[in-house]
Amino acid sequence: METDFTTSRLTGWGRTSPSSARTAEVSRGDVSEFIKDSNRRGVLMRGLGRSYGDAAQNAGGVVLTLKGSAHEAVLDVGAGTLTAGAGVSLHDLLKVIVPQGFFVPVTPGTRFVTVGGAVASDIHGKNHHVEGSFGKHVRRLTLMLADGTIHEIGPEQNPSLFWATVGGMGLTGVILDVTFALIPIETSLCTVNTIRCRNIDVLIEEMSHGDDDHRYSVAWADLLATGSRLGRSVLWRGDHTKLNELSSKDAANALRYEPRHLATVPPVVPSFGFVNKLSSTVFNELWFRKEPRRKEGGHKSIPSYFHPLDAIGSWNRLYGAGGFLQYQFALPFGREDELRQIIEKVAISKTASPLVVLKRFGASNPAPLSFPMPGWTLTVDIPARAEGLGVLLHSIDELVMQSGGRHYLAKDAHTTPLAIRQGYPRLDEWKQIQQSVDPDRRWQSDLARRLELI
Amino acid sequence: MENAVGEVQNILVLGGRSEIGVAIAREMLTPSTQRVTLACRRPDESKEVEASLTREGLRVESVIFDGGDTASHADFIDNIVATSGDLDVVILAFGVLGSQEQCDDDSQSAVKISHTNYTGAVSIAMEVAKRFRQQGHGRLVILSSVAGERTRKANYVYGSTKAGLDAFAQGLSDAMVGTGASVLIVRPGFVHSAMTTGMKAAPFSTTPDVVAKLTVKGLRAGKRIVWTPGILRWVFMVMRHLPIAIWRRLPMG
Repeated sequence: METDFTTSRLTGWGRTSPSSARTAEVSRGDVSEFIKDSNRRGVLMRGLGRSYGDAAQNAGGVVLTLKGSAHEAVLDVGAGTLTAGAGVSLHDLLKVIVPQGFFVPVTPGTRFVTVGGAVASDIHGKNHHVEGSFGKHVRRLTLMLADGTIHEIGPEQNPSLFWATVGGMGLTGVILDVTFALIPIETSLCTVNTIRCRNIDVLIEEMSHGDDDHRYSVAWADLLATGSRLGRSVLWRGDHTKLNELSSKDAANALRYEPRHLATVPPVVPSFGFVNKLSSTVFNELWFRKEPRRKEGGHKSIPSYFHPLDAIGSWNRLYGAGGFLQYQFALPFGREDELRQIIEKVAISKTASPLVVLKRFGASNPAPLSFPMPGWTLTVDIPARAEGLGVLLHSIDELVMQSGGRHYLAKDAHTTPLAIRQGYPRLDEWKQIQQSVDPDRRWQSDLARRLELI
Repeated sequence: MENAVGEVQNILVLGGRSEIGVAIAREMLTPSTQRVTLACRRPDESKEVEASLTREGLRVESVIFDGGDTASHADFIDNIVATSGDLDVVILAFGVLGSQEQCDDDSQSAVKISHTNYTGAVSIAMEVAKRFRQQGHGRLVILSSVAGERTRKANYVYGSTKAGLDAFAQGLSDAMVGTGASVLIVRPGFVHSAMTTGMKAAPFSTTPDVVAKLTVKGLRAGKRIVWTPGILRWVFMVMRHLPIAIWRRLPMG
C-alpha cells in the first residue's frame, strides 16, 4: 500500500508554537502501514486539535488522524455502554445517543473532541466532583502498540498499561476504539441553579458546601476585578432534568437535541485580535450583571449549558495572529490562600480574557498522568502576546509547585519539565510502563519533547 | 521546543564571542531555557562569557566552531544535535569587520573577509536549514548589517559581504515558509562593541543590548526583518535613493 502524506503546519487550539509534520487521515485498517513509514521523529495521533498547546503536534514526524463514524458506534442499551471508534467526536455521538436517552459520562467545555482524545487527556467536566474524569467510565479499549500488535485493555485487563494510556497523551500507542459507560437521561434539558458570588471567598464557601448536592457545578470568575471584588463570580449548578419536571407538552419532545451553530469567525481577523483589556472589562461587567443574584430551577439545553462556545465556529481566531494560551492548574484542598494569591496576580496583571473557570474537583483515579486531584482547578485564557506573560506564568508555576499542585497537559503550552516532574510524582512510574511498550520511541510529540515526558 | 510565549529551551550562538550574539542569547533566557551553546574558534577564551550567562538550571558550554572551515559544518551540526537535541534558536553572529585599507593593500584580506562573512555564513546556514526541515521547527537569526544596504567606500568589502548575506537570508526566509521553521534578518546600524572599538560612531549608533532587545521582540512577534534601531529603516529608505554624488560625500567615515 502506498502511504500518502501531506506536509502540514500544525498548532493547538491556541494557535501558538506552530510546527510542521507529515500528516494523513487514515482508517483503522491502515494505521499499522502508516506507522511503519515513520522516521526517527516518530508518530502521533491527532483528533480534532482542541488541546490548546502542542500536545497534538509532532515536529518533523508523522501526525495521523483516525477516520471514524458515529453511525458505526454500538450502543448497548441494556448495559448503558457505547463502543465507538477513537476518531469519533462527542459532537457526532451526542446526536445519536441523546435522542435514545443517554448522555456521555464526561464532557469538557466543547463537544468537538474525539473519544481517543478524551481518553488520552483523561478529560474532566462539570461533574468531576461526583463522577470523576473520563477514564473512570471506560470499560475497555483497543490499543495498537508500536510493533503493530493490537491489545484489549481495561481496568481489569492489563490495568497498568490501561491506566498509563488514560491521560497518557497518546504516547503509549494508538487507541482504536473505546467502550465506556453512559449516563441515562430522561430529557435533554438541565435544571440549573445560579448564584452570583461577590468575591472568591464567597465562591469557595458556596462550592465547598453545596456542590455535592448537584451532578454538575462550575463557576465563571471575573479575573479583572480586584480588591474586595477579587474573583467575583457566577456559580451554575445543575442536574439532568427529570421528565416529571416538564409540562406534558414539553415532555412529548423531551429528548430533542439540536445544537445550534450561530456563526463562524472568519479567517481574517486584525492581527491584534479583539480580546484586550477594554473589551474584556466591558464583557465581564455585563456578564456578571446579567445573572440574577440567586435563581433556582431554570432550564437550559445541553448545548447551552455544557458547550456555549461551540455555537461560534473557530472562536479561537478572535485572539488574532498572536493566538492565546489556556493556563490551567489544580491545587489541593487547604491551599485556598495560594489560589487567592494566584487570582490576585492574574487580576493585577490585567491580562486575562473573560474565559475563566473555577471548578472543585473530586477524587482522582489510578492513572499516573491524570490531571484532576481533590482540590480546585482554575482555567484562564490569556492572549499569548500579553506583555510580561512569560514572567507572570513562571511566577504562578512557582506557587503551583510550592502548593503541591499541577498543570493540565492537554492545555499546557508554557510550563517547564521541572513543574511537570513535581506536579506528577508518579511520572517515573509512567515512563517505565511507556518505555516497556515503546522501547524504540515510536510515539513522540512536541509536548513530550518540551516537557521531557519520554 | 519553543513554548506559546516564544520562550525556548535550546540556544546555539554561532560566533560565541560575538557581543551581539551573546546579548541576544542573554535576552532570550527564561526559566524555560535549558542550554546555551557558544560556538567559536577558541572555546577556552569564552570562559568569561560563559560565566556571564550562567544561572541555576541552565547549561552553558563552548564548542569549537570555525565559520570559515566550511567542510566541517555538516558534522558540526550533527554533533550539536546529537549532544543537545533539537535546535530551537540559532543565532548566526560570526563575522569579521576587517580593514578596508588592508584589503586595498592585500587582496587576500578581502578574500578572507568575504569567505568568513559570506561563504562561511551561507554554508552553516544551509546546514541549519536542513536540520530545521528535518525537525519541523526552529528559528535562525541572521545578523546582517545596514552596511550592506548601500555599500560605501570606507568599508565596501565588509558591506558587500553583508549585502550578499542579507540577500541570501531573504531567499532562505522565503524557502522556509511551510517548514515550521523561520528566519529573522537583523540589520543593525553602528554598534558600540569590541568589533568597533576606536572607530568613529556613525549616526544612530546603538549597543548590543538594544540590538538584542529588538531582536527578541521581533522573534516573538514573528517578524522577518528587524532594523536596530528601528529608525534606520526609514533612514535607509532615503539613503538608498540619494544621488551618488551626494552619497559619496556623506561624512560617514
